[in-house]
Amino acid sequence: MTRRRAALFVRIAVLAGSVLLLEICCRTGIIDPLTIIPPSDMVASMIDRIGSGELNDSIASTFSTIVLAFVLAIGLGTLAGALLHRSSRLRDVVDPLLASYYSVPTFIFYPLLVALLGLGKAPLVVLGVLSAAPAVIISTLSGLDSVSPVLLKLARVHRLSPARTLRWIVLPAALPRLFSGFKLALSYALIGVIAGEFILSGTGLGYAISFAYQSFDNRAMYGLMLFVLLIAVFANGILYVWEGRLARRRSSG
Amino acid sequence: MSDLALEDALSKRKSRGRIRAFDAVVLTLLILAIWQAVGSWTRGIAVSPPLQTLAYLFDLLRTSMFWDHASATLAAFLLAFALSALIGLALGLIFGVRRFAGEVAEPILAGFYTIPKVTLYPVVLLIFGLGISAKVAFGVMHGLVPMTLFTLGAVRNLPPVLVRTARVLRLSPGRTMLWVLVPACLPDIVNGLRISFSLTLLGVLIGEMFSSQRGLGFLLVSGMAQHNVPLSTAVVTVIVAVAIAANALMLRVGGRTTRRPN
Repeated sequence: MTRRRAALFVRIAVLAGSVLLLEICCRTGIIDPLTIIPPSDMVASMIDRIGSGELNDSIASTFSTIVLAFVLAIGLGTLAGALLHRSSRLRDVVDPLLASYYSVPTFIFYPLLVALLGLGKAPLVVLGVLSAAPAVIISTLSGLDSVSPVLLKLARVHRLSPARTLRWIVLPAALPRLFSGFKLALSYALIGVIAGEFILSGTGLGYAISFAYQSFDNRAMYGLMLFVLLIAVFANGILYVWEGRLARRRSSG
Repeated sequence: MSDLALEDALSKRKSRGRIRAFDAVVLTLLILAIWQAVGSWTRGIAVSPPLQTLAYLFDLLRTSMFWDHASATLAAFLLAFALSALIGLALGLIFGVRRFAGEVAEPILAGFYTIPKVTLYPVVLLIFGLGISAKVAFGVMHGLVPMTLFTLGAVRNLPPVLVRTARVLRLSPGRTMLWVLVPACLPDIVNGLRISFSLTLLGVLIGEMFSSQRGLGFLLVSGMAQHNVPLSTAVVTVIVAVAIAANALMLRVGGRTTRRPN
């Protein structure tokens, strides 16, 4: 525990030191302010932008798209994973597809999706689901595989109904794997949606960053970037802590 | 990393001979049929049908314009992949051997892996300017971290007796890495290379799609902008085919390294 705490301490010191170094380099002109602005200015700019309320629409649109893509990916992915788990023949067929899925840069389909669905929210949601759902399918399969046969026999001995078997035996046993899939799904949905907005879209935070870059408004650009990165770190951090708590509860019985 | 565990579980499924081959043919036909259906349903405004795309691709492969763009992408990608692989391998080995440094670095790297790095592309452009170096840097940003994390995890899970033996034999750090650590971690390193390959490719292509005058990513976006649907569909087909082929090759190489007895 002390070792873990020491590592945490050093980690925070390293991160704080890097930010401080960047601040000093920017203030003394070693780094051109036209390239990177000092971190303190980034924070100030972020607070300005968010406080002014001009971004409320973009923020709402980006987050609703991410949440929609995330929920759809989890729903569809879990369902597809459960179905594939039931039919081993179907699974044999789909396995190679899943194994090579993430080697294809999904992103290249985005221009096609835009042409197909228009420049609205729809292509972004589809892109988010396309990048997140396979991770959920894969983790559902591996989670269901990890349920040991003894537990299922136990359920049969107790004559549990299928619904109760699912609730009391399968879900708790598969949860750690499922959860790691959800975690991946969140970061993939987030990356997919924001990247989509960034490259080809007229709304959302990704577009706002790209717009600021194209209009040479560095201050706004860095403020927005910091905001998006903080949100991403925060969202992933919540799932990370939650997962740790689940794991601890499991190990303590 | 969870990707590894997930894919490991997948590859454990055994094949079932002939039924499987039949199913694979059915699946391929199904994919082609869906492709055809989307193409004709949208009357070619978004996707051109398979046959038409292949014919177009055949002509495209004979133009020097295509090879110009393809070689721009390939040059940027190869450089980025070589840098990601070598630096990632070195960092992974160092963080794996120096446990405390590894404990400090791993969460930072894992955090960096999950953030939307696209938003950082303007910074890369401001630092490196428009051109190949920005694409390479962006590719490295995507490919470096998975390579490091895979190698780190592999070294950390190594039986301690290997490192102790190296110490008893008084191997220098460089030789320990080359003769003990790298061979022992080879399956994970190949896996790391595979993930790093696809993410580096993604990084380079996103860079080209956002702002570049050359490369396949640029060709794709410009095909879309000029409403040249066969062009963009053909480019997507080429990229998908190359990515899947490379992935399959590395899966096979990785399978061979794990099967080899000690």
